[in-house]
Amino acid sequence: MFRAIFPGIAVAPFLIYTFLGLGVPVIAVVINAFHSQTGKFTTANIKLVTTGIYRLGMYNSIKLSLITAIIPGVLGVFLAYAIHTSRSSWLRRLTTTASGVLANFGGVNLTFMFIATLGSTGVLTAWLAAVHLNPWNHGFSLYSFYGVAFVYLYFQIPLMVLVITPALGGLRPAWREAAQNMGASNWRYWRYVGVPVLLPSVLGGMLLLFGSSFAAYATAQSLTTGIIALAPIQIGNLLDGNVISNEVNVGFAIALGMLVVLTVTMVCYGLVRRRASKWLR
Amino acid sequence: MTFKRKIGATLAAGATMASLTLVSISGSAPAGAATVNWSKVTHLTKSGPTSLAALVKAAKKEGKLNVIALPRNWANYGALLDGFHKKYGIKITSANPDGSSAQEVAALTADRGRSSAPDVIDVGTSYALTAQQQGLLASYKVQTWNEIPASLKDAGGQWFDDYGGFVAIGCNTAAVTCPTSFQQMLAAKASSNYKIGLNNSPLQSNSALAGVQAAALANGGSLDNVKPGVDFFATLAKNGTFVPTIANVTTVENGATNIVIWWDYLQATGISPSLGSWKVFVPSDAALGEYYSQAISKTAPHPATARLWEEYLYSVTGQNLWLQGEARPVELAYMQAHNQANKAWLAKLPSLPAGTTPQYPSTAQIAAAATVVGNNWATEVGAG
Repeated sequence: MFRAIFPGIAVAPFLIYTFLGLGVPVIAVVINAFHSQTGKFTTANIKLVTTGIYRLGMYNSIKLSLITAIIPGVLGVFLAYAIHTSRSSWLRRLTTTASGVLANFGGVNLTFMFIATLGSTGVLTAWLAAVHLNPWNHGFSLYSFYGVAFVYLYFQIPLMVLVITPALGGLRPAWREAAQNMGASNWRYWRYVGVPVLLPSVLGGMLLLFGSSFAAYATAQSLTTGIIALAPIQIGNLLDGNVISNEVNVGFAIALGMLVVLTVTMVCYGLVRRRASKWLR
Repeated sequence: MTFKRKIGATLAAGATMASLTLVSISGSAPAGAATVNWSKVTHLTKSGPTSLAALVKAAKKEGKLNVIALPRNWANYGALLDGFHKKYGIKITSANPDGSSAQEVAALTADRGRSSAPDVIDVGTSYALTAQQQGLLASYKVQTWNEIPASLKDAGGQWFDDYGGFVAIGCNTAAVTCPTSFQQMLAAKASSNYKIGLNNSPLQSNSALAGVQAAALANGGSLDNVKPGVDFFATLAKNGTFVPTIANVTTVENGATNIVIWWDYLQATGISPSLGSWKVFVPSDAALGEYYSQAISKTAPHPATARLWEEYLYSVTGQNLWLQGEARPVELAYMQAHNQANKAWLAKLPSLPAGTTPQYPSTAQIAAAATVVGNNWATEVGAG
């Protein structure tokens, strides 16, 4: 009897915590999204956020998240592989620790760091300008959509390194030796063994990066002050600003849209994850 | 004017009588400060249990004041907080100094009933109205109530404007030839080296929105038509003179921005002290002014101290401290007429250029402008 109940009791704190931290806010978002400021049921908020500037915000957010999931995802795998196969153990330890720190770096500090280095008067810009390579004269701008995507690489690549390194450990040297013994070339090894084994983990990592970009707020807000429509910034304007005082529930409707996108992402992640763990068992 | 004052005096006298009667009815216990429920007191009386002396006594007994979202370098709030503490020995807890108006109003509800809940708020007027509609504010009229212009307060005393200023151009004279108008900024090409910034997104910050409204006034728009203001910034972006990142003292010192459109008094306290070559002036083609609003929480944990704080802010000392922060206190006109304003601090205020008439948007006009800017800012000024 005790044995049957005990696992339930042991997991209860986690379930309660999850319900309070995740369940309650989700319920609040759903309820508020379908109510007007005065508390009446309405679908007007949903209608509003699926049109015009709010639809553009959601579109931009998804686009930005896809770009900053795929590019750092690919770069991160190569970087992690280089670190993983390096003979220097202190380099491995250093990069792992650094990745842990950098993956969580963001917000106003990150924005100012980029302005100070790559802004139009930044240090690096000045150096590049000295050798006639000023990126600002060649179409680069930190304050554009791709500028934001560029800044996101700073925390997305370390995040990818962090999540993909364990999967690289699952790639056993014995498999490579076996393939070589049977006369497989380097390319054939990667084509038939390495990539198929790693692919689910890489895609899983990219989905995680997608979520990380999708929810990022302070960096884009401080860098572009609203000239790029992004869903999390629009929510911030409605819930937390100094301008629009009575449209909080429209913000909840955008949050509901983001929840739907994230749910789809998480379901994909779950499916991919199940396939990935098969190889790593 | 005299007529009005007389009525005011009569009303005040009447109210005194009424409240005295009230106290005597409710007070079967010996009359004293302890019997007064300060959260229900709507104004002070000349004498008796709701006099200023009684209020001071009750506030000292409470001993604490909770304020929220008051940055020390904002309109000289640092000096006001210290001055109040020094004068009455009351401990001030300043929560979330960089918070927004929305967070202030949210805290009134979220912290209700806690001893840490805000006693008073200082918010954009539209947020004061929202809080009023939600029934979160107490009615209170400071002793100098009649010196606050009628258009800048709620007739019932639930909120009352405190200080304000004008949208100003701040400029680093060491870096560029400073523009004196929106038109000059509009005409400038990238070769001017102008790096014009707003203090934040106009969808997030009321002062940035005011900057867009002022640009509209200078470009054929009006308080009811903000679109030319959005077009103004779109042109700057096209000309390569608009820097969309948050402009503040850091970006100014670093050179990322060298011209900032922001409230005159916030530039005076936020940028000028760090940069000797920073000059702040009201543009010659638009004078747009706005005030912030004070309000007392209906459920203030320290109701007497909250009221005393307001009395302090609206005293000659308090009003002059705002003036020292180069903000324009709401009673400035009265103080100037009665020789109460500090002359040295008054002289430091950026003057209104000749021929400009100040315009003050209503909360309805601000809300309408926010919608228009919200729908067009990203698509016109940015690339979407």
